[in-house]
Amino acid sequence: MNIHEYQARDILSAHGVPVPDGEVATTADEAERIARRLGGKVVIKAQVHAGGRGKAGGVKLADTPQEAREHAGRILGMEIKGLPVLRVLVAPAEDIASEAYVGIIVDRASKAPVFMVSREGGVDIEEVAATNPNAIRRQPVDPRYGLLPHQAYSLATSLYDDVRQQRAAAKILQQLYAAFVDSGASLAEINPLVTTPDGEVKALDAKINIDENELFRKPEVEALRDPSAEAPSEVAAREAGLTFIKLEGDVGCCVNGAGLAMATMDLVKYYGGDPANFLDIGGSSNPEKVVNALRIITSDPGVRVILFNIFGGITRCDDVANGIVTATRQINIDVPIVIRLTGTNEELAVQILEQAGFSAMTDMDEAVKRAVHLAKGEGK
Amino acid sequence: MSIFIDENTRLVVQGITGRDGSFHTRQMMEYGTEVVAGVTPGKGGQRFEDRVPIFDTVEQAVRETGANTSAIYVPPPFAANAMFEAADAGVDFIVCITEGVPVLDMTRVRPFILEKGARLLGPNCPGLLSAGKSKVGIIPGNITQPGPVGLVSRSGTLTYEVVYKLKGAGIGTTTCVGIGGDPINGTSFIDCLAAFEADPETRAVVIIGEIGGSDEQDAARYVSENLSKPVVGFIAGQTAPPGRRMGHAGAIISGSAGTAEEKIQAFQDNGIGVAKRPLDVVGLVQDVL
Repeated sequence: MNIHEYQARDILSAHGVPVPDGEVATTADEAERIARRLGGKVVIKAQVHAGGRGKAGGVKLADTPQEAREHAGRILGMEIKGLPVLRVLVAPAEDIASEAYVGIIVDRASKAPVFMVSREGGVDIEEVAATNPNAIRRQPVDPRYGLLPHQAYSLATSLYDDVRQQRAAAKILQQLYAAFVDSGASLAEINPLVTTPDGEVKALDAKINIDENELFRKPEVEALRDPSAEAPSEVAAREAGLTFIKLEGDVGCCVNGAGLAMATMDLVKYYGGDPANFLDIGGSSNPEKVVNALRIITSDPGVRVILFNIFGGITRCDDVANGIVTATRQINIDVPIVIRLTGTNEELAVQILEQAGFSAMTDMDEAVKRAVHLAKGEGK
Repeated sequence: MSIFIDENTRLVVQGITGRDGSFHTRQMMEYGTEVVAGVTPGKGGQRFEDRVPIFDTVEQAVRETGANTSAIYVPPPFAANAMFEAADAGVDFIVCITEGVPVLDMTRVRPFILEKGARLLGPNCPGLLSAGKSKVGIIPGNITQPGPVGLVSRSGTLTYEVVYKLKGAGIGTTTCVGIGGDPINGTSFIDCLAAFEADPETRAVVIIGEIGGSDEQDAARYVSENLSKPVVGFIAGQTAPPGRRMGHAGAIISGSAGTAEEKIQAFQDNGIGVAKRPLDVVGLVQDVL
């Protein structure tokens, strides 16, 4: 789950990390009021779950409250990578002496949380990793002991030469680790971690990604979710317990299992078609899930055919068949449906579908070929 | 032979009375898996299907029945503890089917299990099946038959698809292992490749990967350095939009994106034949057998 920069700042601040003053505005009026309270030069930052905000014009400096109002008015209402900007963060524009990067992620390769720090902050860390990997220091953390003081200090010495700044940074790294664990994060980063001309160390921008699997035990973190910042079809899918990602093509895909769903998309492409989405109905499917899946797929006007690809294991084919029959009674579906199912309770499923006037296929390649043909308006 | 489980596997099912646990225990027993015990706290003394004794703790189950393998079907809030408990009770091989285990829990579970000298498969995996001998997990029993191919995969249903197509061509398997797709899991591609290399009955290996991370690249290097047996591969996600499924995390650490192209290239560079479609795995396997 993504949260906004201002929410990540609040979490860090609650753990003692020094962050500059600042407030969130949803209107230009509010932005002006906040800028007046802060006094001096301010920065207006779009709060949206997309990278590259600056390049898209979502981050602006303002010298006066009036200018803050104008910038906020323009940024609120713009779209960045298809997502509407509904909030801006208004914060004092800091004088910056240096910019560093500090972050912690759960690393697949080390099977542990790993800190990464670099003197090269303020830029895309992936860029640094690709072009100058030696500029990044890494430190795996044993979660049973946490980030040990000497590890924090050692990382800090690679960031700063001044002992006061080293101590400040070591403290921030331990606070960042505590914030990472307490919020159930898969990633927590401060980029940039800046020094000011008078030597203070501060977190100027923060990003925290939450592990969805933590949310059952962290209602206070779940409450930070902002559905208005996500695509509506993806919100509907999540609420229905489905994984859905919208794509640009016209073959609507409904598959059980992420691997098979990806392989189905690949096969659509292989036979000359274009998938309209990734959709995994997961295991233990019940008919209701299938109804929801069909609702989401058919809400995309670009879909010209719907392809079911089900390999029953924990998912029962008859559940899927019942879902298809129920859905076609409840929703008006005016595109053809190609159904492939095999595995658990396959015979029962075929019976249910045939009684309702559908036909079912058992071979994945044949079904995909047929769906691609239908999407192109060829054959019947 | 087979890897990790065989006719000597004595299984304890943690969460045997739950919806998924009971359904799949029946399926495993039907397949021939020797299910010797179940565990559900508070239901000790009862029996599952009038046959399998249920205990309150794994420790009791192991003591009374000599269980050496565990299958975990408990919900995510209890999964980490179930893994700790199985390892503490001296179970050698722990298979965690549960999906949705917090990754920070796994950062604690994994080293604990390693220190106990046990092996963990999963979490969030379909388990494994040694054809004709034993299955632990949720892989349907009828989709494969005994034969010379070892298969390891990060996915569930895609694995079923491939072994089913192999069966259609008359090709069976020694063991099919689903290692699961979570960022931190117990058993890796490399662990399975090493076990297949050591298994005299496995004559060829199929490895099914997907986008994200660098496990497939590591596995490919391992194959060229350590395997004498032929290996065939498939990678799912060639058309997946970048940056959606895989986290920021893997990308930053490796300085690469974990794309399908990159993985396919790594396979090809290390002598692994790559199938374009799941169906093409069959032809490639026929060629190397």
